[in-house]
Order: sequence, then C-alpha cells, then structure tokens
Amino acid sequence: MNIKALLVDGDPLIYGAMVSIGLVTVAILFLLTYFKKWGWLWREWLTTVDHKKIGIMYILSALVMLFRGGMDAMMMRVQLAFPDLGFLDSQHYNEIFTTHGTIMIIFMAMPFLIGLMNIIVPLQIGARDFAFPYLNALSFWAFFMGAMLFNISFVIGGSPDAGWTSYTPLSGAAMSPGPGQNFYLMGLQLSGIGTLATGINLMVTILKMRAPGMKLFHMPIFTWSTLVTSFIIVFAFPILTIALALLTIDRIFGSQFFTLTGEGLPMMWANLFWMWGHPEVYIVILPAFGIFSEVIATFAKKRLFGYSAMVWSMIIIALLSFLVWVHHFFTMGAGAFVNSVFSVSTMLIAVPTGVKIFNWLATLYKSKIEFSVAMLWALAFIPSFILGGVTGVMLGMAAADFQFHNSYFLIAHFHYVLIAGTVFACFAGLVYWYPKMFGHKMNERIGKWAFWFFVIGFHVCFFPQYFLGLDGMPRRLFITNVVEWLPLNVISTVGAFGMGIGFAIFVYNVYYSYRHSERETTGDSWNGNGRTLEWATTTPVPYYNFATVPHVDEIDPYVRMKKEGKTTFDEPNVKPIHMPSYTGRPFIMMAFLGLASFGLVFEWIWLAIVGLIGGIIFMILRTYDYDEGYYVSVEEIKRTERKARGL
Amino acid sequence: MANSKKRIPTNHIVGFLLSLVMTIVAAWAALQSDLPVMWIIIGIMALAVLQAGVQLFMFMHVTESASGNGHVPWNMMFHGFALAAIVVAGSLFTMSFGFSHDHGDNGGNEQHHEQHQEESGY
Repeated sequence: MNIKALLVDGDPLIYGAMVSIGLVTVAILFLLTYFKKWGWLWREWLTTVDHKKIGIMYILSALVMLFRGGMDAMMMRVQLAFPDLGFLDSQHYNEIFTTHGTIMIIFMAMPFLIGLMNIIVPLQIGARDFAFPYLNALSFWAFFMGAMLFNISFVIGGSPDAGWTSYTPLSGAAMSPGPGQNFYLMGLQLSGIGTLATGINLMVTILKMRAPGMKLFHMPIFTWSTLVTSFIIVFAFPILTIALALLTIDRIFGSQFFTLTGEGLPMMWANLFWMWGHPEVYIVILPAFGIFSEVIATFAKKRLFGYSAMVWSMIIIALLSFLVWVHHFFTMGAGAFVNSVFSVSTMLIAVPTGVKIFNWLATLYKSKIEFSVAMLWALAFIPSFILGGVTGVMLGMAAADFQFHNSYFLIAHFHYVLIAGTVFACFAGLVYWYPKMFGHKMNERIGKWAFWFFVIGFHVCFFPQYFLGLDGMPRRLFITNVVEWLPLNVISTVGAFGMGIGFAIFVYNVYYSYRHSERETTGDSWNGNGRTLEWATTTPVPYYNFATVPHVDEIDPYVRMKKEGKTTFDEPNVKPIHMPSYTGRPFIMMAFLGLASFGLVFEWIWLAIVGLIGGIIFMILRTYDYDEGYYVSVEEIKRTERKARGL
Repeated sequence: MANSKKRIPTNHIVGFLLSLVMTIVAAWAALQSDLPVMWIIIGIMALAVLQAGVQLFMFMHVTESASGNGHVPWNMMFHGFALAAIVVAGSLFTMSFGFSHDHGDNGGNEQHHEQHQEESGY
C-alpha cells in the first residue's frame, strides 16, 4: 500500500484542494507554535467538559462544514449552468452531490443545532452543566472525528458517490468497490455514536436538572424542542446504527443483507434508512422551531402565543415522524394500500405544523416588532417555510409523487424546508445568543447585508428549481444542456452565488464584531427584553453558570425576576458549587476510534484492531475513574460575581 | 459515584462473563453444531431473551424503584417496544404487501410487477 495509490489524482480541482489543505494545516501548526498556544489549546479546548466551550466547538465545526458543503453546492451549480464547459466530470459530480448532502445534514445542520443546545439549554433550565459532562466531551469528539474522516475522503481514497441516501445495491461492494462508500459508513457511524450519546445526555439533563420548582410546562420553548428532539434521536438513531453496521458487514466481510445475490433485499436499506431518515428531518427542524419561537417572543416583546399548543404540536409531530417514512419511496411500488396509508399520515403532519405557524403569527399580531437581524431571519422563515411545506404536502400525495419523484421539484422542496427552516434558524439562533457566548453582539448593519444577500439568493436559487422539476429535470443529473432548462439553471446558479456572498459577509461579520463591537456590560443583551433564565446570568457567563439558582414557578421567569429586582446572585445563599474536572481522555479515546474507523475504511483489519484496542483501554480506564470533580469556594464565587455585576 | 468505596462491581463482572458465555454458545450453535436449523433458531432466540435479561437486571436500572414521574425504566422500555413494533410490523407491511416471494425463474421483477398490479386492483 504505497501512498501514491491512496491519493486521488488526475483532477486539477482536487490537486488545488490538496495544496490548500496542506497549506492550511502548515499555517495552523505554525501559528500555534509561533504564539505558543499548544498548551492553551490543550488546557482550554481539547480537554474541556464545559458545555459552553463544547457548544462553541460544535458551532465552529458546523460553520467550517457549511463552507465545505457550500463549495460543493456552488461547484454543482457552475456545472449545471455551463454544462458544456467540462468543469466537472461525471464521477466528480457524483462525489460532490453525495458529500454535499451528507455534510449538510449530518455534519452541518445537526452539530450547529446541537452546539446551540449545548450552550443554551443548561442556561435556560438553571443547570450548571450537562448531566454527564464527560460523555458530552466524548460526543463532540466522536462527531468531530467522524466529520474529519468523512472529509479527507476526497483527497485520500476517493469520496462516496452513491448519493447521501447511499441506496443499495448501488452502494454495495459489487457496484461501488473501493473505500468511497466505506468513508460514508464509518464517518456516519462514528458521529452517530456522538449524536446518540448527546440525545441521552440532553434528555437526562432536562428531566433531572431543572431549577427548583420548574415543571416541564414551565420550560422555555427551545428547551422543550430540545427534549422532544432528544427523544427522536434516542429512538431513531439506533435504526441508522444497525443499517450502517449491516451494510458495513456486507461490504467489508461479504455478507448478503442488501445485495442482489444471495437472498439479499436491497430495498430493505431504503426502508431502514428512511425509518431513521424521516425522524432525522424532524431532528433538524424541531430545534429550529424552538429557536424561532424564542426569537419571535423576544422581539415581539410578548409571551409566546399558545405555549401549550406549541408544545403539544411538537410532541405530535415527533410521534407522527415515525409513521411516514414510506413517502420517500412511494415509487418502489409497494401497492396502492401501503402508499395510501403513508400518504394520509404524511398529510397529517401538516396539521400540527400549521398550528405552530398560526401561533407565531398570533404572537406577532399587534405586537411592537423590533427588526433586529435575528428577528429578520425569523420573519423570513415563516413565508419561505410555508412554500416548502405546501410543496411537501403536494409531494405527499402518492399519486402525484410519481410525477414529482426524483425531480428538481423535490430538490426545491427540501431545500425550502431545510434552508428556510434549519439554516435560517441556525443564523437566527447564533445572532440571538452570540452576546451570551462571546460577550459582544454581531454588528447589525453588516448582519443585515448578510441576511438580504442570503435570503434573496436563496429564493433566486431554489424557486426556479420547482419549475425545472415540473419541466422534467431529474436530480443528480450531470449533463443538463436541454435548451428549455438552461435559463432557469443559470438564474438558479446566480442565486447560489448570492447565498455564497451572504455567507462570506456573515463570516466577515464574526471578525468585524470581534474587533469593533461594544463589549456587553449586562447579561440581558437585547434591550432588557430577555424572558428566560439564560439572560439572567452575567455576560460572559461564569463557568459555573449560576451563583444561586432561582426558584421558578412560571413560564418566562426572568420577566418577573427583573420586576422584583432578583438576580442569580443571592449573596447570603451562595454555597460551594460542585463542578466536573477537565479531562483529555474523551479526545484520546475518540482519536483511537477514529483510527479504527480509518482502518476499516481501507479494510486494513490490523489497523482497525489496534484502534479498537486503544479505544477499549480508554473505556476500561474510564470505569476506574473516581475523579468526582471539585468544589468552587464561596469566596471565589462572590469575587467573580461582584466583579461581573460591578457591585 | 454514590458508593465509590465499593471498588469491585461484582454484579457487572458476573453479568459480563454471563454475556460472553451466552454469545459464545450462540456462535458455536450457529457455526459448529450439527443441530437442526429450527433448534438453532429457537436456541438463539432463547439466548437472546436471557441476554436481554442480564443486561436489564445486572447492568441497567430495571430494579430501580418508581420516582416522581412513574417507573422510568418501564416507561422507556414501553417506548422501545412500541418503536420495535413499528420497525418490524412496518417493514413487513411495506416490504411484503403486494409482492410475492416465490423467486420465479422467468422474469423476476416484471412478474412481480404484473402480479402486484392485479392484486392492488381493488
């Protein structure tokens, strides 16, 4: 196995990528050494178990992945607008749409939302950290190693090319030999471990660690959405884990679960994949609903309209999400009765979703809206998402779906729900909670430029695709020089670059705000309009979050706390706080499992065994880990709080 | 964490050894034994149920008493069973309805398709 055989060659774009990866790596190593930051990196980040820092690492990784997935998207759009240019060859195009889809769902949308949950949920319920801080660090590093493993595929060994759904038999060993599909299987498996552990962690945190007096129906709506999402994660992810494991055994050890020969059942992959895959889309949309609810309530300066209806509609959406998976493959031909059942259950989901839309509108009704950047993202979400939702109901009609299936109509639909829902929510949530994370706001003027470029670009990019779909343009097509399609494809590409500019402005805003934004002096950043407990802490948030945890017996407790002049620093009642110790073991354990996965990708069993043994040694070490954390002394808490509150 | 003085978790070690033994027996039955297929399947099923019992009683919290919100382990297990029922019944429903599994020699898919159209014509 020489190294030349491993590296992908023959394409100038990939050589360019290799060179830039090499340069960036060298630059990072140089900067860390030059500024003597290795110790800082290890002590403050690689070994941290603080939920706020882990959340920041999640969001940073997600932004990097958004860049990667976005580059893929723009390369596809260039190919489709200029099909005769020969910009990409067909293999490269297949790899790019596969990695675009996988990265955007698994390595961008989920970590972005999980990052926000990490930072905000403990603050909203008055907890000092997650229930299992060690496990939380483990989850992040599992995700991170999985994402890195998946991302090196395009320079080492070749990327997966069977679509993000990885349908068998195409993705089986017979039709996709080589390491490509293995990258997909192992990358998702490894990061899936992290997601599953986070689901359990958040569930326990929310159920067991709420502030005294806080009942479930007193929780902020974002925390509610996180709880419902955690349940979906815990019940849906095992299905993916099993499906991935079966396909891995198929590919690496020669079994016949999804093959065409040997009594295999290729369509069972689609069945299992969507049993996870449909709940998965609610895993990425329910937290988005939660974020929009918080943002809309804050900037409409009202209590969220219909709080209980909002909660119950999320619970019903979660239940229904497990009963609709067949609508992703109506055309398999399971028969009219099967398709009818799933068609009806699919349309049922529009009911609780509609309830939520009307509740947001009712919250806005007759309120004094403050058009901040976070609120603009939330307001743009409502009409855009409705366009995606209505076309979703159209796709849900089984008979009509035979026309829409696999066309750009479908592509336009799911980009309308995933971008207008999840991506807008990620931006809204990041802007909204940015002062809590970093101690300063993002610049509003530059933020509005980013917003308008992105939103207009989004509609210009994806609205024409509905019509391309109705004109019969299929998805995953590499040569599209049909005269009728060309104008709409060019318009769509212009929109994609608009979104790219919007994202670039957003990233520039991070830098600009770091340099120039005013530092926050109070914890309640948005003109004193904060309603929930995360705004009651000081900014930046002390590492123990709350000096004293207030007693909560209503929705939006911070509104009354402000009226009564109460804070989270009740000086006479400060007690020592129990905190978990930092540890480097989660990072090392997951590095070993990453190594094992890399071995399995190339089917080098010896390397896989070495990695697994390393991982198991660290698991055994963990069982003998009697570190029970430490106590923060009362004096230190008082000193910190007095300084932060200017007392 | 509560009783960190107890350094040897007897229950867990016994459970772990039992799990290993049952796994090895199952593997032996499938790979090496001369038992009839039906007995192998029944044997593996029985071992799986025992294995689940070991997990639940020796590693997990089934023996825990009810807390504020009812008996949490049983609640979660109920949801688990409901999901398993959806996965199994749902797969059978979608993957076998309208298909026949007689692996005919002539024409495979075409034949399925025709047959399915006849069946679904009600």
